[in-house]
Amino acid sequence: MAITSLWVVVEPSNGSLTTTSLELLSHARSLTSSVSAITWGEGSSFAAQAGEYGATTLYDVGALDGSLPGVPVASAIAQLVVNAGAPDAILIPTSYDGRDIAGRLSARLDRPVLTNATGLADEGGLVTEHPVFGGTQTVKARFTAEGPGLIVVRAKSFAAESAGGPTAAVVAAPAGDTASTGAARIANSHVEERTGPKLEDAAVVVSGGRGLGEADKYAMIEEAARLLNGAPGASRAIVDAGWVPYSYQVGQTGKTVKPTVYIACGISGATQHMVGMKGSKNIVAINKDADAPIFQIADFGIVGDVHKVLPALIEALRARS
Amino acid sequence: MNVVVCVKQIPDPAAPQSLDASHNLDRSGKLILDEADTYGVEMALQLVDKAGSGEVTVVSMGSAADVAGLRNALAMGAAKAVIVSDDGLRGTDSLGTAKVLAAVIRRDMPDLILCATESSDGYTGTTPVQLAELLGLPSVTFAKSVVVEGGSLKVDRQTEAGYDEVTAPLPALVTVTAGVVEPRYASFKGIMAAKNKPVEVLSVADLGLEGSVGAAGARQEITDVVRAESRTAGEKHVDEGDGAEKIVAFLESIKVL
Repeated sequence: MAITSLWVVVEPSNGSLTTTSLELLSHARSLTSSVSAITWGEGSSFAAQAGEYGATTLYDVGALDGSLPGVPVASAIAQLVVNAGAPDAILIPTSYDGRDIAGRLSARLDRPVLTNATGLADEGGLVTEHPVFGGTQTVKARFTAEGPGLIVVRAKSFAAESAGGPTAAVVAAPAGDTASTGAARIANSHVEERTGPKLEDAAVVVSGGRGLGEADKYAMIEEAARLLNGAPGASRAIVDAGWVPYSYQVGQTGKTVKPTVYIACGISGATQHMVGMKGSKNIVAINKDADAPIFQIADFGIVGDVHKVLPALIEALRARS
Repeated sequence: MNVVVCVKQIPDPAAPQSLDASHNLDRSGKLILDEADTYGVEMALQLVDKAGSGEVTVVSMGSAADVAGLRNALAMGAAKAVIVSDDGLRGTDSLGTAKVLAAVIRRDMPDLILCATESSDGYTGTTPVQLAELLGLPSVTFAKSVVVEGGSLKVDRQTEAGYDEVTAPLPALVTVTAGVVEPRYASFKGIMAAKNKPVEVLSVADLGLEGSVGAAGARQEITDVVRAESRTAGEKHVDEGDGAEKIVAFLESIKVL
């Protein structure tokens, strides 16, 4: 059965659509010529970008007035499915709000959702790919009943490529009455300042884990990252321990990174961490345990004490700068 | 204030995991309380304690053959546990799980429902919000702090850039990140008391959900499981004071330096 149409939820962020949104649009248009996008906020200002990456129509939920996006966006999409006809599937970026939208929409439409997808192909119908067990195996799945199936896709699963398409036609798609479910309101937003390149875009990522021993030692990670023009990252263990904010986390629950080189310091390589960084072009690992799983995927491993190797590395990098 | 915490008993993440013949996660071994759920249990205990009245109930779905994980939550201080255990639930997806949990919770609506952001075995991450929608409640996901004042909730919610202060009226559902609180260890007294706390076991029929849950209700299937393209281990050197030097040479070879 050919894929007739796909919808893509595209997330606004700082006056642009997020990179993951553009990746999804790019891939959707390789599967079907009928791609529509759904966004919110200053919707019409994204019509040119959505069109450029392959959407012919941009449904705009409009201003959310302080609501979290999950409820109103899902409500708007549920009404579109009734009024505009259901697509084969709705693609949603893996993000805080994306998962909210997927969960709300799934329950509202009574349709299943597949999450953590990293691949999507037309094999006589849509087939999704999902990494399991730290990415050592790939599960392929498909929906078996009436659509639209909901697919939540991880960042960096596809390349974002402009198709040079014309500006998408903007169609208003109001949320309607969201009654009691939409009662959560954002009272204030806080931005945690970070300098240097963004973790998900950096060519070099230096990450620290529990092997650092204590929170103060994370400063070494930041310094090494700075000297390499890279971004500092972290394993879940030290984020959970409160050493660094959640936005530093690389892995299943955190960011997916694919830098030119990923330097893992004192990270043993839990499966949930590896799934977020095993797509890196080169992996360097420093760990005192020669049997740590991280060495199984490292191109270059140093079995040693991170408290000795890292200061020496920082010294060597300083001498060169 | 009454709080329900949704919890899951999972295979020990430290042990090797595999899929069974029907592509379900092999759960035949020993099951433990998902560590991700201990944060919700702790948060709930603290909120009830602060409110001065009410109790914490843990609700779960899965095999009741082994309820050591639930006893662990009871030993921490939860008052009672409910688990829906039924062979007919094999292959249930996230929405089906939410339907089951909703049917249990609806019997006696609490003021607040807490969940982890995702389980540590299936990590689908959508069940809590599906549950909120089925119950008609507002939800705030990825909470890094939770405060209840009067009839409303103040939550600091993780965002890509930092965090948002979010307010919501009760009843509501909140998912908590690991690290939101420090889970307590069960005391000896708590462990002894847990042995006598009620663990109610329900079937799908008890909840009137026949047909809408289980593998058929999932409306999705795994068509194949393949070995992923694997990375191979490269060079490995034992540091003899020259580790940093070797890394610099490697970074030069790949033109990062």
